[in-house]
Amino acid sequence: MAYAKNLEEIRALIASHKRWDLVFACVGVLALMIGVLTFVALFSDMAIKGVPRLELDFFTHFPSRRAGQAGILSAWVGSCLVMLTTAFFAVPLGVAAGLYLEEYAPKNWVTDIIEINITNLAGVPSIVYGLLALGLFVYQFGFGQSILSAGLTLALLILPVVIVATREAIRAIPQGIREGAYALGATQWQVCKDHIVPYSTAGILTGVIIGMARAIGETAPIITIGALTFIAFLPPSPLKPEPPFVSFDWLTSPFTVMPIQMFNWTSRPEAAFLVNAAAAGFVLVLMTLAMNGLAIYIRYRLRKRIKW
Amino acid sequence: MVAVPAQEAAPPAIKAEVKGLNFYYGDFQALKRLNMPVYEKQVTALIGPSGCGKSTFLRSFNRMHDLYPGNRYEGEIRLYPDNVNVLAAGVDPIEVRMRISMVFQKPNPFPKSIYENVAYGLRVRGESRRVSLNEKVEEALRNAALWDEVKDRMQEPAFNLSGGQQQRLCIARALATDPEMLLFDEPTSALDPIATASIEELIHDLKNKVTIVIVTHNMQQAARVSDYTAYMYLGELIEYGVTDEIFIKPKKKQTEDYITGRFG
Repeated sequence: MAYAKNLEEIRALIASHKRWDLVFACVGVLALMIGVLTFVALFSDMAIKGVPRLELDFFTHFPSRRAGQAGILSAWVGSCLVMLTTAFFAVPLGVAAGLYLEEYAPKNWVTDIIEINITNLAGVPSIVYGLLALGLFVYQFGFGQSILSAGLTLALLILPVVIVATREAIRAIPQGIREGAYALGATQWQVCKDHIVPYSTAGILTGVIIGMARAIGETAPIITIGALTFIAFLPPSPLKPEPPFVSFDWLTSPFTVMPIQMFNWTSRPEAAFLVNAAAAGFVLVLMTLAMNGLAIYIRYRLRKRIKW
Repeated sequence: MVAVPAQEAAPPAIKAEVKGLNFYYGDFQALKRLNMPVYEKQVTALIGPSGCGKSTFLRSFNRMHDLYPGNRYEGEIRLYPDNVNVLAAGVDPIEVRMRISMVFQKPNPFPKSIYENVAYGLRVRGESRRVSLNEKVEEALRNAALWDEVKDRMQEPAFNLSGGQQQRLCIARALATDPEMLLFDEPTSALDPIATASIEELIHDLKNKVTIVIVTHNMQQAARVSDYTAYMYLGELIEYGVTDEIFIKPKKKQTEDYITGRFG
């Protein structure tokens, strides 16, 4: 091919090259729009159908055979309690595992295999976790079809997310900080508790919240372990008026969660229940978005203090 | 140059003695049969071209190499007065690091307050009484010539300080625990000339209190701040002596070539 020789030819060549910039920009925008527009369409459809249903009654009523009186009280309380249990187990386990892998574990083929497996665990279908939990938590350990079983199941599900987020946050800490602390005579544990964990908190929290946002919408494993679809009572309250003020009876209580309530309503023939499902879906998406927003906010706030 | 009176009469006491030190990164031998003394309350400079092993040598004194797998020492670094070989397998590296402090090439303050940065070494040693922490932090900051600049902003994040101030903060952090030796690993290579001058002045003042070993790639700096100089090349100690002699009439041709800038 001949080289462009004079200014005219060079300009023509540049113009023809730049056409590809335009072509890709169009393809890129299109690709982006497919994702964004689909979400906007789904979300607005759900909002249009469901928002009129969002009165206080909807949040304070139990499910009912009459669509107009049905509410999501047992579902949102169940979701909150299950999330609490999930966080309680997933955060310490995930952070401890991530911290150990990054700071303590010797770098050899055993840890390599463990690392690969953790990444793979994040890709295991959630129904598989449900089956595992059914056998292990519900029957073997005898926790039954309870909030505890559900919380543990979802904790297992998001554990890889928490571990990976923890490790990435820890890896972002410059080696100079570790060496500075070690040079003052700190032990490994002192370096971890005084430096590594505090400085990686933002990243860890972000990972935890994103994991939780995934867990709150999980339906398959919860159905597998036997969450009920129609519950007209609340689990025992975690707070009590008399000492010791807290109670853990709710852990063993039957429960339902938001996505299951939705699933139940969408399978009803009456149109009014579909409106309920749309309203519940709208609330669930808002909960997820709120969690993601919180993650972004925390990252922004804590990153402002720490800049490497 | 300020003459060191004791130097003429009798050499100062020996604080540490390096005897037949070999060091390996895996199979690669980075230090070869090093032998030299480190005199008490004097400044010893390690100079040489990049990759000659001067930082590796420095980091052997406080066992920093123990943080990474595959590293191995042979030989001895004896620390006096108790005549303990800090490289011995039975000696805990943490104990060594509590006696010998270090200042790094790039200022590495912790993302904590100015106060907590200086106090950290003391906290590691279990000190938690507010009064004695305050006292020690102030003393260290005064010794690091930083007190006047930070005394009203002790709770501010250390990252708000300038590069030179951050490095003096790191020096204060290293001084707060009254170390027997202070190691400097090219402490001014990330700083501007004015900050460099203040750090050099500080090193000059500090040698009344503590034994100093400094790695530098800047020969003028070695000439300005040190009493003794060791010239290293490819992991070997080529020449060691009183700084004035090394710079004015080196015994080896190789040293002379490096110092006069014909090589390196």
